[in-house]
Amino acid sequence: MTRLSQKEIAIGVAAILFLALAAMLPFVDQGYYLSLAVNITLYAALCTAWTLFSGPTHYVSLATAAFFGLGTYAVALWVDVLPFPLLVGFGAVAAGALAALVGVATLRLSGVYFVIFTLGLAELVRQIVTWAQGKFTTRMGLYVFTDLREMHIYWMLLALTALVFLTGWLINRSRLGFAMRIIGDDETVARHSGIDTAKAKIALFVISGAFIGIAGAICAPRYGYIQATTAFNPMTSFLVVIMALLGGTKRLWGPIVGVIPFVILMDFITVRFSNYMPIAMGLSFLAIVFLLPQGVTGRLEQVWNRLQSRRTAKPAAEKAA
Amino acid sequence: MSAVILGVHAARKAFGGLVAVNDVSFEVRQGELLGLIGPNGSGKTTMLNLISGALKPTTGEIALEGERISGLSAHRIARKGVARTFQLVRVLPSMSAAQNVMAGAVFGRRRLWGEAALHLSHELLERVGLKGRGDMPVGAMTYIDQKRVELARALASDPRVLLLDEWLAGLNPSELKIGIALIEQVNREGRTIIMVEHVMDAIRSLCGRCVVMSSGVKIAEGGVDETLSNPEVIRAYLGDDDA
Amino acid sequence: MTQILVTGILLSGTYALIALGLTLQYGVARIMNLANGETLVAGCFIAMWLFATLTINPVVGLLIIAPAAFAANWGIYRVALEPLVKRAKSRGQLEVDSILATFGLLFLFQGIMLLTFGGEYFNYTFLAQRFEILGSGYGLNRVVAFAAAVAIAVALYFFLYRTRHGTAMRAVAVDPKSANLVAIDVARTAAIAFALGGALTACGGALLSTFYTFNASMGVVFTMKALIIVIMGGVGDVRGAVLAALILGVAETAVASLIDPSLTLAATYTLFIVVLLFRPQGMFGRQTT
Repeated sequence: MTRLSQKEIAIGVAAILFLALAAMLPFVDQGYYLSLAVNITLYAALCTAWTLFSGPTHYVSLATAAFFGLGTYAVALWVDVLPFPLLVGFGAVAAGALAALVGVATLRLSGVYFVIFTLGLAELVRQIVTWAQGKFTTRMGLYVFTDLREMHIYWMLLALTALVFLTGWLINRSRLGFAMRIIGDDETVARHSGIDTAKAKIALFVISGAFIGIAGAICAPRYGYIQATTAFNPMTSFLVVIMALLGGTKRLWGPIVGVIPFVILMDFITVRFSNYMPIAMGLSFLAIVFLLPQGVTGRLEQVWNRLQSRRTAKPAAEKAA
Repeated sequence: MSAVILGVHAARKAFGGLVAVNDVSFEVRQGELLGLIGPNGSGKTTMLNLISGALKPTTGEIALEGERISGLSAHRIARKGVARTFQLVRVLPSMSAAQNVMAGAVFGRRRLWGEAALHLSHELLERVGLKGRGDMPVGAMTYIDQKRVELARALASDPRVLLLDEWLAGLNPSELKIGIALIEQVNREGRTIIMVEHVMDAIRSLCGRCVVMSSGVKIAEGGVDETLSNPEVIRAYLGDDDA
Repeated sequence: MTQILVTGILLSGTYALIALGLTLQYGVARIMNLANGETLVAGCFIAMWLFATLTINPVVGLLIIAPAAFAANWGIYRVALEPLVKRAKSRGQLEVDSILATFGLLFLFQGIMLLTFGGEYFNYTFLAQRFEILGSGYGLNRVVAFAAAVAIAVALYFFLYRTRHGTAMRAVAVDPKSANLVAIDVARTAAIAFALGGALTACGGALLSTFYTFNASMGVVFTMKALIIVIMGGVGDVRGAVLAALILGVAETAVASLIDPSLTLAATYTLFIVVLLFRPQGMFGRQTT
């Protein structure tokens, strides 16, 4: 349980190689493909962080935009006076603190309350931020001037994605990860085995929220001019849910399988048919529920298992005959 | 006589106007196997739920080794050393048998981790008669084997008190024999057990003492034979006309 | 002060209708319908269209809108949601599935309405006279909308508590399995409850449109409010929903006029948090086991 298996080492080496390869991209292209890659890495980080919590608990969180926006605002408010890395830390702390508050209020209750609470959360935080901004400052938007360029943001997001993966992997090997698997299977058994289910869920939600806050902070220089409506865009939350579920939330790498095609598709739709975006999202949700309830990776796993069992069943049948 | 390990003092649970457990008191001594019996709907399972913390008593007190546990949440009570099985067997369907048992070893009173927890799981699986089956997905197991896994999971936490909620229900006669022998063996190892049970043969052969409940009230307590021949107990089971 | 109270109460009438619609859908049909707000917006647009092209009074228009919404929601339930109810292995799975499916419907309907009407705000003039209550003036349209909402809510109450169909619905809400045992067609009752919920919500929308500026994408905000009212009142609880709607309407109006109109959602949330922390089972709800 504590030592690494050969398979794990192989996967680790492959992941590092892939990461190094991906990091070379800005030397090849700095235009369209880099910008697409930024979006893919951003959503890879967001969806994987989302899945850290929502995967094992099955709680559909729509708080992503709230965490993301807090991260963005942490940078936007103080970028002129404090160093950027510190502000990224601020973003993580602010988002984590919000996650803790939401968790304490809702995670002791059933999933529906949680979804409802997070549904309006981004809008609530946006209203408060806008109100405070109007009350205490005169500007409605904020400029973020840094010497960070698209490729720096790309590298930071890439590093963040790697960090989220590493954290997810470590959690899966920890008591917390084991507790979450038990909770996902049967919460009553979990409680009577001695697991503080509320605490475990809150801890995971805080970790997940903090990562999303970091992603928001990293993206602040990308926007340049920051308004509450873009930072707290509720669409972010929904897109993250769609992509993560499309990929599948049972495995750590599942969401990425959904992220890559969906970001490319989204890019295509927003350029050509921007009016149809809500309809496309609606159809995606319905398609996931009706056609791919376990996500692409879940479906692949099913097919694989069926093939495996057929392969093992065949010789047995031949023997019987 | 050994020390009192669990004391229930005037425990009461009311759901709105319905009183499911009505000021029930009894004590369980170290190493004892106590039967908790009574007709359907008499409040036995509610009583177990009060002890294990699934429900909080409306009034009254439950103490483990003199320390009050009533009012604590279920997971704290589990960590203090109360483990349970469920009326309808509850295993963790996505996991192997060994991982099921580990749940108790990792989060219960022992709080083991890694190799130690895994080792204990395999040892306990062997003890309940599932030697070498640790890697089997628990969903593929038969009903009695799932019950064994559930028992091993409860034992893995090293409980001071083990609560069995109709653990023998639904077993066929030959399985029942195995089940009874298993409980007896666990008890002989010094484990204190409270069992809610409908199978009277099991109560007769296993329990030293039993508590009888009817309509939420404790109507009798004492040695098994004398209690079961108590006219009030017979009346509770068979109704007034037959008594 | 009385002005805030009266405005809040007038507003709460429509809130109550929307919330009653949602509580029927969730309480009886077991579907947490997050596309409920889109039904409301559709109600707004249809009422405006009837008024503008056929000069049908929106209150009379309810006679067209309610049956239409009933039929549409019945169809949605049968086609899109009933398969989920049938395949769900547990209450939890149905909850997740229905949330995701109704998100799909939310975006689908919102997208269609955005394509049709664009993102602009709409309103129309209906009964914009002054009506005096306790010495201050209020829009007559608000008063009429409130009166109509009260009438519909009372009719619903009588339906649920005084008729066989209504009793069947309450039985399904309490326990679908036992309802089935006493020869209630649970699937049909659930479909009817869902459709009825949609009709109530659409009526709420039609009434709202007489005094409120609306647009194609505002549905989610109202879903949110309705959800909070339902939870405050207790799922499936008609009296609770009405009282919670009153509280929400007054609280929103108070915050908007005393502190800042842009903080209404914050007011709603504060109420929500208080309820979640202290009475998650609803104001009249008993602690369940």
